[in-house]
Amino acid sequence: MKRSVEERNWLEQRNVIVCRCEDVTLEEIRRAIAQGATTLDELKRLLRVGMGPCQGRTCRELLARELAEHLGKPVAEIMPPTFRPPAKPVKLGLLSRMVENAPRGDEGSSLEGGESR
Amino acid sequence: MRSTADAVIIGGGVIGSSIAYHLAKEGVRNVVLLERHSFCTGSTGRCGAGVREQWGSERNCRLAQASINAFEHLEEELGYEGDIEFKQKGYLILAHTEKEWEQFKKNVALQNSLGIPSRLLTPQEAKEIVPILNTEGMLGATYNKRDGHCNPFHTTWAYAQAARRLGVELQYFTEATGIRLEGGRVVAVDTTRGTISTPVVINAAGPWAKPVAKMVGIDLPVYTQRHQILATEPTGPIIDPMVMSFSMGIYCQQTPHGSVIMGMGDPNEPKGYDIGSSWEFLREMSRLILRILPALESLRVVRQWSGLYTVTPDAHPILGGVPGIEGYYQAVGFSGHGFMLAPAVGRIISELVVGKTPFIDITGLDLGRFERGELQVEPSVV
Repeated sequence: MKRSVEERNWLEQRNVIVCRCEDVTLEEIRRAIAQGATTLDELKRLLRVGMGPCQGRTCRELLARELAEHLGKPVAEIMPPTFRPPAKPVKLGLLSRMVENAPRGDEGSSLEGGESR
Repeated sequence: MRSTADAVIIGGGVIGSSIAYHLAKEGVRNVVLLERHSFCTGSTGRCGAGVREQWGSERNCRLAQASINAFEHLEEELGYEGDIEFKQKGYLILAHTEKEWEQFKKNVALQNSLGIPSRLLTPQEAKEIVPILNTEGMLGATYNKRDGHCNPFHTTWAYAQAARRLGVELQYFTEATGIRLEGGRVVAVDTTRGTISTPVVINAAGPWAKPVAKMVGIDLPVYTQRHQILATEPTGPIIDPMVMSFSMGIYCQQTPHGSVIMGMGDPNEPKGYDIGSSWEFLREMSRLILRILPALESLRVVRQWSGLYTVTPDAHPILGGVPGIEGYYQAVGFSGHGFMLAPAVGRIISELVVGKTPFIDITGLDLGRFERGELQVEPSVV
């Protein structure tokens, strides 16, 4: 059976995963935008997009493009989201062994040090 | 934006959004909600997402109890198609000191007298609820199965969208810059997008409640303080209830999403508006939590952030109107537990605005209590 263009688009939206960490589809993103989300942070709050281990590195630009298209603005005018540390996931056990008074900006190496608990 | 309204709410967090919904439900529909940023950018969206009725004061118990009753049917009430992720898997509050244990006995007696089904547990009984709990040094715990978790973003969004459908105008990215009074009455609110004539203004500005109150000449006895928090990667179900210790100043809960959220109150944290994140917090938090939940050692932290508590001298909110300023109301100073009280508080404030007697007695939660010196400090806070 031949599918209409609308039907094909709908199927496509429903199946395309935009945020791979949190399994969020294009359809869910478009629904949130239709409900009034206008910024990347609002999409994060509603859908957890960009809140997984990759911290939005994969989906951020795709989301910005969706918002820009819907709002009729250039991508450059979409408010950037808040970036949260840590840049890379770190185990609680490792964090608990950070040495006292590690100099600022040297957290990485102090993590390796591994003071005993 | 509307230039005339029956009420203007300052603050788009859960408190302001709940007030907006309840006002509209009371028939006050020409309402404008002002929010400087977007929904949930102040304290709501940064909170630990816990919901409990195990409090040490009758007032906090009653506000929380009524709110949990509301959370149980909130999606239905608000016609929300999403999921507010309300789960009632309890709060397990640990006692490590004699002082705590004595306080907990009093708390549970009070809670039970109000119909809150909390109970005292032995360390062994606590371990049955959280098998990965390290009970070393524990004297006991209290547990209430009706407590739990709820998603602050979805709850706020659900209130805001329901309010909007009933006629409320949501003005995000719009800042209130002044409140105009004439002869001791509220007449208008100035904003970054123009002036709104209104006889009623409600201060629900969270950490910015103090500067907003200054607009009508009130010096609120509150201060703001950073509290840090982190979230781990999601994992399978390992902890049902919120696990909390007042003496260690920490709390930890697994969300329905699978991530584990934990936070800490640092007694040395300076007052102010800093909402940065520190590596010292990661170290202290991980050390403390691994003492009581050592099995979390291999979980990875994916995100850390912080938010502000707006603290009153007795750790109770300041609710209602202020004598001498007709039309000005406030719902401020939640001292770190505003999210879980939002359903009851929204209803109370809207009832006050329309001249009804609030469904929960709020005697003693007014601003005047600080001058009268009638303070009963809430003992159970992190």
